[in-house]
Amino acid sequence: MTAALAVEGLSVQFRTRSGVVHALDNVSFSVARGETVALVGESGSGKSVTAYAVMGILDPAGRVTAGRAMFGDIDLLAATPKALAEVRGRRIAMIFQNPRTALNPIRPVGRQIADVLIRHGGVSRRAAPEHAVEMLRAVGITDPARRAKAYPFEMSGGMCQRVMIAIALAAKPSLLIADEPTTGLDVTTQAVIMDLVGDLAKELGMATIFITHDLALAGQRSARIVVMHAGHVVENAPTKELFANPRHPYTAELIAATPDSAQSLDALAAIPGSLPDLRRADLPPCRYSERCPRKIAACAQPLPAAAPGADHIVACWNPLPDRALPVAYPQTVSAA
Amino acid sequence: MTALLDAADVFKLYPAAGKRLWTRLRRRLAGGPENVPKVHAVDDVSFTIGKGETIGLVGESGCGKSTLVRALTRLIDVSEGSIKLNTRELALKPARVFARDRDRARIQMVFQDAGESINPRFTAFAAIADPLRRLRRLRGQALRQRVETVAGQCGLPLQLLARFPHQLSGGQRARVGIARAVAVGPDLLVLDEPTAALDVSVQVVILQLLQRLKAQTGMSYLFVSHDLSVVRLLCDRVLVMYLGKIVESGPAREVFEHPLHPYTQALVAAVPRLHDDGGERLRLTGEPRSPIDPDPQVCRFYGRCPRGTDACRTTMPALRRFGDREVACHFAEEFLPQPRSLS
Repeated sequence: MTAALAVEGLSVQFRTRSGVVHALDNVSFSVARGETVALVGESGSGKSVTAYAVMGILDPAGRVTAGRAMFGDIDLLAATPKALAEVRGRRIAMIFQNPRTALNPIRPVGRQIADVLIRHGGVSRRAAPEHAVEMLRAVGITDPARRAKAYPFEMSGGMCQRVMIAIALAAKPSLLIADEPTTGLDVTTQAVIMDLVGDLAKELGMATIFITHDLALAGQRSARIVVMHAGHVVENAPTKELFANPRHPYTAELIAATPDSAQSLDALAAIPGSLPDLRRADLPPCRYSERCPRKIAACAQPLPAAAPGADHIVACWNPLPDRALPVAYPQTVSAA
Repeated sequence: MTALLDAADVFKLYPAAGKRLWTRLRRRLAGGPENVPKVHAVDDVSFTIGKGETIGLVGESGCGKSTLVRALTRLIDVSEGSIKLNTRELALKPARVFARDRDRARIQMVFQDAGESINPRFTAFAAIADPLRRLRRLRGQALRQRVETVAGQCGLPLQLLARFPHQLSGGQRARVGIARAVAVGPDLLVLDEPTAALDVSVQVVILQLLQRLKAQTGMSYLFVSHDLSVVRLLCDRVLVMYLGKIVESGPAREVFEHPLHPYTQALVAAVPRLHDDGGERLRLTGEPRSPIDPDPQVCRFYGRCPRGTDACRTTMPALRRFGDREVACHFAEEFLPQPRSLS
């Protein structure tokens, strides 16, 4: 499978009044065509910053200090604004977190979809409104002709999110980035929206990056999970493998803290400590080491490099024992 | 268990039209306020909360959960119905008067987003002290002592008491919100999605804190949430609400393991699980019916329900009792687990 997007060694800093925030450090992962990869982490782990950096829509205070994001043969991080504008919206699309604030509040939703169709979809101005209605129908909005004239405030959260999806998919992109698409929606609506994104992705053969803090939801909806903590990728593995055989201590704690898996409240494990202050100059090489129960002397060295071609990548010197194979990961063996 | 709070036939209706000139005119043309269309936010809800019991209230946004808890905590007035705390009737007291009532301290509320429900110009200390000043008339040393005790109980380090909400993390703010509510020693604590804005790791800590507090003080909880996996762990009993009505209630574990109402079934099926078997899931289609003057003969779930027969369109299913569970569906029997546990 060829990668639709390959992010390599991405580092991002933010300049703030109280110092430089090292928001992302050496983040690498890739998404194959037609595959769904979930970026999972708690707030402040750098999931959204990763997406924004790839899309070239970082806040002006943010700066990409290293890395590449290869989309086909274009490096999105080095592309000129003009080249980026060609790709963005047409070949890469994004669904934002809060549909109500991401949509234009003073423009009917049908017009907003038509705008994208005209700009990116190669649809004529005259034909666009009709196409927009079709798009609304495709995302499952009943009575689309009437709804096309509605403003975002006249629609429920779930319907606004459908409109966002229609806008994102208007130009049939090959990569979709969905940043917490269902936060703030009911579980029943969440299931419907996620089904819709999944079905459309399958239909268009689209690669999807799905950003969420909900490990259970990520597990249900993606083939591969990338776990982030404080701007690092700590573990990257196929979904089933990650749940059956978590190797990074943070991943294991995250799974243990998810209420779904527990039989009683006492069985739930809290994760001690909190994220390190990313403004510190003396950040340890492993940003989890200060909260980590498995910390050893080796943790003071720079994190182990991923073995090329490895399917299950763990950024840890002292990972949990592999439940499948005792010595599957050479880089961890040499360190131990 | 003796009932601490007994809510019977509670209604809360809002006029559907706003305050604009046009709607006022229409109201006049319709012949008075009685004939204005009404939003049935809470429609004939009855239930009790026992002493020391934890009740979960679940349902989708717009189903009336928040209106119901606001009515119970007496922040708003009910349109009809009775709310009894022990034996005292509270529903007749206007909300404004109840704010200074001697029983105000007995029902307290933890609001959804602690970041937004704490006055940004109050320090953590002032936020927790405020209800103590107003309801317990504590001053000076006694006040300081009580605030510090409660902060300690809620796991809030004392040096954080001087901070403003924006200087606290999400978890710490949630602790302030809880400390403020339990400071006056309530009998009933109403929690409106207290962990919705928190990360899982912090959520665990807050849930365990709530459980510990309950064990220490013997308070009752009414826990509003749409995270069913949390409700399953924390609550003894659960009420499922749909469009202003309770459609199912019963022991939390049983309701989630064998949901009887189709809405509960869809709700349970929609919860993402860590170890998903990938089996066929029940999906809801369409939008909920309008809550404005709903037809009293039609089941509220009709149209979205995968079942939806003619009977559902002509007779509103009443809440029927099966053992310790209640369901409002004509076809509940079909989903009853085999008689052993229920009879």
